[in-house]
Formats: sequence, C-alpha cells, structure tokens
Amino acid sequence: MQYLPNILFVIALAVGVGFFVLNIKKLIRNIKLGRDEDRNDNKPQRWKNMAKIALGQYKMVTRPVSGIVHVLVYLGFVIINIEVLEIIIDGIFGTHRIFSFLGGFYDFLIAVFELFALLVLVGVIIFWIRRNILHIKRFLNREMKGWPKLDANLILYFEVVLMVLFLTMNAADLTLQTKGAEHYASASGIVGSFPISQFITPLFENLSISTLILIERTTWWVHILGILVFLNYLYYSKHLHILLAFPNTYFARLKPQGQFDNLEAVTNEVKLMMDPDADPYAMPDEGAEDEVPAKFGASDATDLSWVQLLNSYTCTECGRCTSECPANQTGKKLSPRRIMMATRDRIEDIGKNIDANKGFFKEDGKQLLDDYISREELWACTTCNACVEACPVGINPLSIIMDMRQYLVMEQSAAPTDLNNAMTNIENNAAPWPFNQMDRANWINEN
Amino acid sequence: MAEAIKVPTMAEYMAQGKSPEVLFWVGCAGSFDDRAKKITKAFVKLLAKAEVDFAVLGTEESCTGDPAKRAGNEFLFQMQAVTNIEVLNAYEVKKIVTACPHCFNTIANEYPGLGGNYEVLHHTQFLKSLIDEGRLTVEGGKFKGKRITFHDPCYLARANRIYEAPRDLLKKLEVELIEMKRCKTKGFCCGAGGAQMFKEPEPGTKDVNIERTEEALETKPEVIAAGCPFCNTMMTDGVKNKEQEDKVEVLDIAEIIASAEDL
Repeated sequence: MQYLPNILFVIALAVGVGFFVLNIKKLIRNIKLGRDEDRNDNKPQRWKNMAKIALGQYKMVTRPVSGIVHVLVYLGFVIINIEVLEIIIDGIFGTHRIFSFLGGFYDFLIAVFELFALLVLVGVIIFWIRRNILHIKRFLNREMKGWPKLDANLILYFEVVLMVLFLTMNAADLTLQTKGAEHYASASGIVGSFPISQFITPLFENLSISTLILIERTTWWVHILGILVFLNYLYYSKHLHILLAFPNTYFARLKPQGQFDNLEAVTNEVKLMMDPDADPYAMPDEGAEDEVPAKFGASDATDLSWVQLLNSYTCTECGRCTSECPANQTGKKLSPRRIMMATRDRIEDIGKNIDANKGFFKEDGKQLLDDYISREELWACTTCNACVEACPVGINPLSIIMDMRQYLVMEQSAAPTDLNNAMTNIENNAAPWPFNQMDRANWINEN
Repeated sequence: MAEAIKVPTMAEYMAQGKSPEVLFWVGCAGSFDDRAKKITKAFVKLLAKAEVDFAVLGTEESCTGDPAKRAGNEFLFQMQAVTNIEVLNAYEVKKIVTACPHCFNTIANEYPGLGGNYEVLHHTQFLKSLIDEGRLTVEGGKFKGKRITFHDPCYLARANRIYEAPRDLLKKLEVELIEMKRCKTKGFCCGAGGAQMFKEPEPGTKDVNIERTEEALETKPEVIAAGCPFCNTMMTDGVKNKEQEDKVEVLDIAEIIASAEDL
C-alpha cells in the first residue's frame, strides 16, 4: 500500500493530461473546419513575430499599467511552471524535492519561484481590482456580461488559490525540514531558499509534525490537482490565449494592414468577362474543377478561414480592440471583441453539433450572420484597422467583418441603400457620385 | 486654372511620343468634390513650381474601386481595378503620385495582384522627396509658428506605416506641430473609411468625425492639417458643427505649403 499515493498521482496525471489532449484535438478539428489559407510564407519573419509579440510581450506594454502587470504574471506563470516539473517527478516517484541535488542553484531557483509567486499574487489582485472595482470601460461593454465576466474572475481566483497553496506548501515544507522530520529533512541541511514563505512559518511553529505533514501533503495535492484542473479549464475559457498566442502570432498577416486580399474566384470571373475571345457558354474542360466557390464571402463560421477561427479561439477578451474602435467609441453596436467572441461561440456550437451527431453537422437553422453577428454591427465598421493594430496577439477582427460584408453584398445584394447608390454610380460613371466621367478633368480649366 | 498652369494628359504625352516623370492620380474626390479640387489645384501648383514633368489621365481615370471593395463588392472593385490597370499599363506608367490615401493604398497594395505594378507615392511623400532633392524649397511664410495638429489618415498611417512624411513637411514650414492624444499607430479614424463616406452612420451616441474633431480642437490649433480629401471633409464638417470655422481652418498639407508660398 505504500505506493498508493504514487499510483493515485499517476492516475490523476494521466486523466488530467488525457482530457486536455482530447480537448486540444477537438480544438484543432474545429479550427480545421475553416477554409484553407496559406500562411507558410516568409517563415523567418513569422518566427520573429512570434518571438517578439507572444514570447516578448512587445505589444502588451503599449498600455503600460496592464502591460507591465501582465508581463509579471506571464513571467511568473512560465517560471513557476519549471517547479511543476519537479512536483510531477516527486509525485510519481515519491521523492522529496528531487532537484535539490543542484545545491546552491536549487536554492536560487526556489527563491525565484517564491518571489514570482508573490509578484503573480500582487499582479492578479491588481487585475481583479481593475476588473471589479475600477470602472474601466472596456471591461463593462455589453458582451462582457455573464459568463465572460465570471470566466475572467474565475481565472484570477484560480491563480490566487494556486499561488497561496504553493507558498503554504513551501512554508509547511520548510517547517518540517527545520524540525528534522523524516522524509523532509536532508543531511545537507535545509534544501531550497524560501524568501517569501518564511514569513508564513511562524504560524506553523507550534504544530505537530503529523499536522504539518497533513498541511504539506494537502497543499501539495490540491496545488497539483488544481493545475491539472486549470489546464482542462483552458479549452472552455478565454484563457486559451496562453497557448494559442504563439501559433496565432506566427500565422498572423504579414502584409500591410491596408491591403485586403483580392478574391481569386472573382478575378477569374472578371478576366473571363474582359476577355473578348471568351465563350460564356463554353463547357468547362473535362475534369477541370469548378473554381467558383459555392459562396462569395462568409455567412457562417465555416466560410471563414482557419486563421480567423484560430483568431477567435486566441481572443482573451481584453477589449483593447473595442476601446480603440471609432464605431464603438461613438456608441455604435459594433465591438471588434464581440465579433471574435461570436465567431468562437458559433464554431464551438458547430463543433458540439458535430460531436452530437456522430461526426456530421446536422443543420441547426442558424448561421454566424444574423444569429450571432448583426448586420448593424458589420455596417458600422470604418475599416480603419485600429482593432488590428491594438490586438496584442495579432488577431484581425476586420477580416471577418469584410468577409461577411462580401456575403451581404455579393450574395444577397443587401448593402444599405446609400451604398448601393454609390456602387451604381461607380459602375455607371466611374465615381461614387453621380457625375459624368467626361467631366472628370473639368477642374483643370476651372478657377 | 487661374495662372494657366498646363496640366497635360497622358494621351497628349503619348501623342508626342513622350512619357512624363510621374502620373498624378487625381481620384474621384480630387476631380469632382469642390473642396477636394482645391487640394488638387494646390498640389498642381507645387508640381509646376518644382518643374515636375507630370500628367493626369483626365477623363480616362476612373474610381480605383476602394469604396466598392470596402463595402464588400469585390466584383465591382476588380472590374474597376482591371479597367484602370489596362489604361495604366497601356501608357506604360511607372510612377504614380496621388493626394488620396485610399487611391494610394489600393493602387500600391491591391493592384499588383491583378497585374498593376507601379511605384506609388502619397503626395506628402512626393513633396518631401522634391524638397530633399532641392527641386522645391519651402519656407514657413504665413504659417511659421502657427499651432497646427495633423490628423493621420488611416489608409496612409496605420495601413501603410507612413507617419513622418506629412509631419516632416509641416516641420519644414516651421509650424508648431502639436500631436493629438491619439496619433500615428493609435490615430483615430475621421469616420469616412470603409465606404462610410457614402452612407449614413449606424445609430450611436455621437458621429465619429465629431469625436475626432473634439480631440483635434483640444490641442487649440489654428489649423487642422489633413492628408486625405475624405478626412478633410469630415474634419471640416466637424469644425462647422462645433462652430469653430472662424478660428480653425482644415487644410491639406499641399494647400498649406502652396499658400505659405503664396502660390
């Protein structure tokens, strides 16, 4: 029976990691429901962007307060995860602080982990205050009510609990080491250095060894189980960005922001129209693929590209886009963040539908347009790229708006009347206003 | 034009078997809009002063298709683009300058994929190069020391990362350049982009151009400088809405330079 904890730990680890892998597979399956788009050009630049924007947090600090606090929490997260490796090894083999053979360097590492645990704690409290007490506008938009708000707070509570457990565990461990408890005490003296948790130890001094072991074991177990639960929470949360920020920045657009892609299917049709030798009634070549897509633009999430769907899963709902959107800032319904959230909701619903129907999508009478994103939102966009510029992880809400406008105009002829008039003018007299093209050079002879 | 500056067309050049140094793409606003025509004329005066060998397409020019594309009408956009590219390529155009950031962005970024490859410059970039080459000299004149704020056009600034050319020109005029809170990468749209110019805004609490004009007026400017005919219209309307038109002028950079020179 002495191996029972080890066995239980291995089972917990396998279940935790196993579930996570299943969810990641589902995530990849859902993203691949999007149409194909090649984002494999200029790999050196892509790696550079990922290093700079995701790893280096380059765009976070454009807003110094939230940016710097975020960098602290991010660094803490990455660095403290090194300690999780030791916890896992200790858990499997029943060892105590397996890396302690590193000696002085180990002391240094533990000290750094503790310092970061404190910084993360402080950072997370600042985040909580910003979200719940300071009335920061971007956390109060209509799309942030209900689950998104709870989700954001749950993440913060998770982190507080994990950090407190980590420090309490260290404090109990230090007390046990000091008291020379079996399994904890080392011949070489105290292992690890505990600059923060040493301040908790006075609370533990009068406790018996068995109580201390109970505290140490309980915090150890709850901490690692908490991490496994948190890992599996990611897929259901906006917190997925901690993983997806990396692929998302890698696959982000490299072209100038003003350059909107030219639709190839349209190019083919236009060329055919302009070609005087083209026979409009010609049969397509034998075996030639029908190059005209079923639909121009996007009316549902599966009409979007996989990059746009990856974008939607990466969005952590920080709202920097929305807080710089001219439409949103002047009270319009459009919020670029909501475009991303609605897209994720839709592709998730499609994924669940596929799961429920044995791998096939069963028509549910819904689509991204109208059921998730309204026309009013789409038409309010000025295409100014402020949202794209603001996103700290390279998400492009504008591209989704444009694809959906294309559907509205080219498939449904459903542009606002004024725009239809402007477009008719362009078609008939080559300017958006009703002027004659032959008058185009009149300015030359005017005073 | 009053001073009878010769504005030749590409067709005239071709008839003489010559080609100009640069094609001036006037754009729809620059050709038809009364306010924007003043920008066109100011720029032409500067081109003439610098003795630039330029031409326009005249009646052969047509909308680049930008508003159609941003409205979602890719079909109409590409029809316009292909038509324009045919004309431009027939004249073997190599270099284009335009005072409209929307035309600039579309021709520079979206035409190459459809067979139109040209060197495209915004007029502020071109004017700056003329000054750098010593072909055009500017002095502050009546703008020296004036408080001027520059409104970044989205399709010049964020979209194409051109922030400095217009500012460099203003600095050459020795004006007191004051930045708005939201400028350069964080520049706030005037409200005209994405074909909004041609439609009514969606319901909201304020019009975008009013929000931007208020921000510009906070800098207490004598002039709001623009680099786009649509921004110009939006900001002019905003200034009128705020009843500040007696105190604050909205002028294109080309107009400022031309009028500093009393052209």
